[in-house]
Amino acid sequence: MLEVVVRLVIMLLAFVVMSLVVGQTEHKVMAHMQGRLGPMYAGGYHGWAQLVADAVKFVQKEDVCPRDADKWVFKLAPAIALAPYLVAFAVIPFTSTMVAADVDAGALFVLAAIAVGILGVLMAGWSSANKYALLGAMRAAAQLLSYELPMVLSVASVALAAGTLSLTGIVNAWNPLWLLWQLPGAFVFLTAAVAELKRSPFDMPVAEPEIVVGHMTEYSGLRFAFFMLSEYAGIVVMSLLFTVLFLGGWQGPFSASLGLVWTLLKSALISVVIIWFRSSWPRLREDQLQRLAWLVLVPLALAQLALTAVWVVLSS
Amino acid sequence: MTDQPHSHKNPPTARGAIPGLLKGLATTAKTLARPTHTAEYPDVQPHLPPRTRGVIALLEENCTNCMLCARECPDWCIYIDSHKETLPATTEGGRERQRNVLDRFAIDFSLCMYCGICVEVCPFDALHWSPEFEYAELDILDLLHEKSRLGQWMPTVPPPPALDPNSAEAQEVTAANKPARPAPEARS
Repeated sequence: MLEVVVRLVIMLLAFVVMSLVVGQTEHKVMAHMQGRLGPMYAGGYHGWAQLVADAVKFVQKEDVCPRDADKWVFKLAPAIALAPYLVAFAVIPFTSTMVAADVDAGALFVLAAIAVGILGVLMAGWSSANKYALLGAMRAAAQLLSYELPMVLSVASVALAAGTLSLTGIVNAWNPLWLLWQLPGAFVFLTAAVAELKRSPFDMPVAEPEIVVGHMTEYSGLRFAFFMLSEYAGIVVMSLLFTVLFLGGWQGPFSASLGLVWTLLKSALISVVIIWFRSSWPRLREDQLQRLAWLVLVPLALAQLALTAVWVVLSS
Repeated sequence: MTDQPHSHKNPPTARGAIPGLLKGLATTAKTLARPTHTAEYPDVQPHLPPRTRGVIALLEENCTNCMLCARECPDWCIYIDSHKETLPATTEGGRERQRNVLDRFAIDFSLCMYCGICVEVCPFDALHWSPEFEYAELDILDLLHEKSRLGQWMPTVPPPPALDPNSAEAQEVTAANKPARPAPEARS
């Protein structure tokens, strides 16, 4: 019992700290990519405590609930948006032994958990009684439906190659050759992950100038902060997942002792790449977004799956 | 879009989206590697050129209350009040002299548009530009600087720029260096 509690607390701490670190990295990296400095004051040294300060500000703000909103759904939505990432985070292994909850079919579980996140967005958009929120939620739903398929297909390719659905098993089966022959799958997964996170260039559902941040339009205070945290948590989970599935997780030189470092290093790299995309590329239009998913990613993922299947059959 | 007629020859998708995307990534990465241009103002004072139009300083001794500045001011933000004083004759049987005394000289910086016409027009160099700019106020009425406050800006006025070595000499110097006019010959 005590062990479960300790694991839970450590996992929660790691979840929040990593999300905040990614958020802070986004502040700073994006600022410097745009020739700015970003936060410089909070906490003293280069604004390291900016997100903590933001949290303090969010706590003080009024929790506004629109009069026509569906109160219960409206208030529950931010938690529904955040919780799936926490659940997914729990089963992602950091090293072969370091995992909050080892699940046999980890890959399947993670994908299922992440897909629940869309419910939070839909709930938020629907219950806000706001046109923009509804538009944003509908766009988000359409986008997540389209990109879920290529993502699942690319994960299926990796699972097929490893011969297991367990995330730990996938990393153990990984070898550097995967970087090459799973490359199309990795590309598809990363693209679909960015789209699932509703991040630039797939941030149509949360476009600020068009639909005032979509489903978050009516939110304020702590509930808004939850949505923001869920965005950063999403980057953490997707980066970790990418690391585990395609980059071999804790594998690397001295992986016996430095396994955790390798996992964190690789996922940090992916997080920075996702942030890099945001500050570099313009937003895709809704129809371009769907085109990319169905005409590029799905065929590519299917081709990857076929390639993997042929390889596995031939090599066994 | 001056090359509109030719745009159909080179549609933006001619080489696909990939080169553009890579270029975007390269641009942001390059910017990331370069130091930022941000001037951290409250911590680091900006380097302002000496001709910066920050605030107008008043050298009260030079002011003759001629009102030229107040009259030329496009938005009438200069207030001048003065009165005449009669000075008693300094020598026995001399003439009494009259002198203008400046009672009030104020510039309303909430109205001032920093055109500098008053500085230009002042015949006696009583008004000067100072690069100081940190005089924001919480109450707009406090932006009306009276002559004591305008005088306080004087030490911040930078020295005038050095003359161009090739420029003509100042009028005064030319006049002083002119050979003296020959004395008129005594008419016979």
